[in-house]
Amino acid sequence: MRITRYAAALAAAGVVLAGCSSEAGDQAEDSAADASAAVETDVEFEAGTTMAELNEAGTITIGTKFDQPGFGLLNPSQVPEGFDVEIGKLIAAKLGIPEDGVEFVETVSANREAFIQNGQVDLVVATYTINDKRKEVVDFAGPYYSAGQDIMVAAGNPEGIEGPEDLAGKNVCSVEGSTPAENIRTSYPEATLTLFDVYSKCADALANGQVDAVTTDNVILTGLVANGGDAFELVGNPFTEEPYGIGLPKGDTEFRNFINDVLEESYEDGSWADAWDATAGDITGTEAPEPPAVDRY
Amino acid sequence: MSVLIDNLPLLLRGFWMTLVLSVLGALGAVVLGTLLAALRVSPSAPLRGLGYLYVELLRNTPLTVVFFFMAFGLPQLDLALPNFFLSGLLALVLYTSAFVCEAIRSGINAVPPGQAEAARALGMPFGQVIGQVVLPQAVRTVIPPLGNVWIALVKNSSIASAFAVTELTAVLTRLSNQTAGALVAIGAGVTIGYLIITLPSGYVVSRFERRLAVLR
Repeated sequence: MRITRYAAALAAAGVVLAGCSSEAGDQAEDSAADASAAVETDVEFEAGTTMAELNEAGTITIGTKFDQPGFGLLNPSQVPEGFDVEIGKLIAAKLGIPEDGVEFVETVSANREAFIQNGQVDLVVATYTINDKRKEVVDFAGPYYSAGQDIMVAAGNPEGIEGPEDLAGKNVCSVEGSTPAENIRTSYPEATLTLFDVYSKCADALANGQVDAVTTDNVILTGLVANGGDAFELVGNPFTEEPYGIGLPKGDTEFRNFINDVLEESYEDGSWADAWDATAGDITGTEAPEPPAVDRY
Repeated sequence: MSVLIDNLPLLLRGFWMTLVLSVLGALGAVVLGTLLAALRVSPSAPLRGLGYLYVELLRNTPLTVVFFFMAFGLPQLDLALPNFFLSGLLALVLYTSAFVCEAIRSGINAVPPGQAEAARALGMPFGQVIGQVVLPQAVRTVIPPLGNVWIALVKNSSIASAFAVTELTAVLTRLSNQTAGALVAIGAGVTIGYLIITLPSGYVVSRFERRLAVLR
């Protein structure tokens, strides 16, 4: 029976360790609650549309990431939170679906198209970059956010780095072989690159003062800021563009137009900015950026 | 093949870095490893304990962990090295010296005790006994194991690619991401780079082995 006891001890240790892993996850939770838009109660949709079906059912299934701090992260109480989650709730609210009717399921980069095509989710809001190849199999509403390569510096920005031009003569960290590293190498050759195999080492090096800045997609940097206590901050000046869209089944143009309307409305009435401030903005300390123009293709 | 030719300067830079890391690492490890071996056979128990502790600690720790400590742990103890090349080199030296020490110690143990006893009887101090009588005989028997340690060191230097040193393996990572589909050519190029270092050394080791062999 000794083996069973060891196994139990191991399992217990695993639970304790897992509990430690994401303190940062909780911080956005309280503020996120107020940001949710009021649920529309008396909405009418033309019969036969996806909107009418979802409104009738009173439930919607939305795919999001569960491992991306600031955008879609399952917090320790098993509730997903983040900017993508808030955008999903905004859309659900406009469909007249109460918050308890919104079900979030985890989608990872590799299965997002499949989940949409198989009808396992109604929508995907999961740091989902719009590109032509994906447009062949799914449709995109939005973009609702323009991600891009950004710079992370030590708290207080001691080197005064405001953008990629300021990296000249500085020691900049990224991952060997990555596109962000290649961008710096070709477009800002005066920066000195320090290249590791993973971004967490860049965070270690920045915390130790061994490098002056870390650069990659701002979404990844947001995660590093979230996990870094108060050691890091984001410059908040993306210099490449990756439009994030909301994935939905191909050919459902009415639904796509509806979501685009909802997005534009949220840009107007400030609920988009509120969602940002409560989630990714709360972690990185950056102000809500200018929302990207919706692309009604 | 064109991928290799187009990126030859980068490949050569990576090759040179691997060679520098390996050669400097080997020099450092042989010096430190020999000192450690002397500690481990010294007549003083505390010194023997120290050598034992060092060897067991370093050779039972994964090299990646040693690298990690040198790159990110030392700065937190205010002992930061000026750059990641030096922290990587130090990790390789400290780690490999434990294996060099054990190889040399086994060589020392292979020298019949009568040799050291005779030297002692002639009134030689410990340093002289080791340096002039035991080590010269021990080195002959440790050439093959040291050759193995050297080859392991050359390959181990690839871990530096994960710690901000652009050597051959880092070049492999970079080029394989840059040039989709050319992995075979790039992998072959990098492998040849390693073989250029290790194969001739294998030959040199076997030559030395034959020349220095003693019949007992």
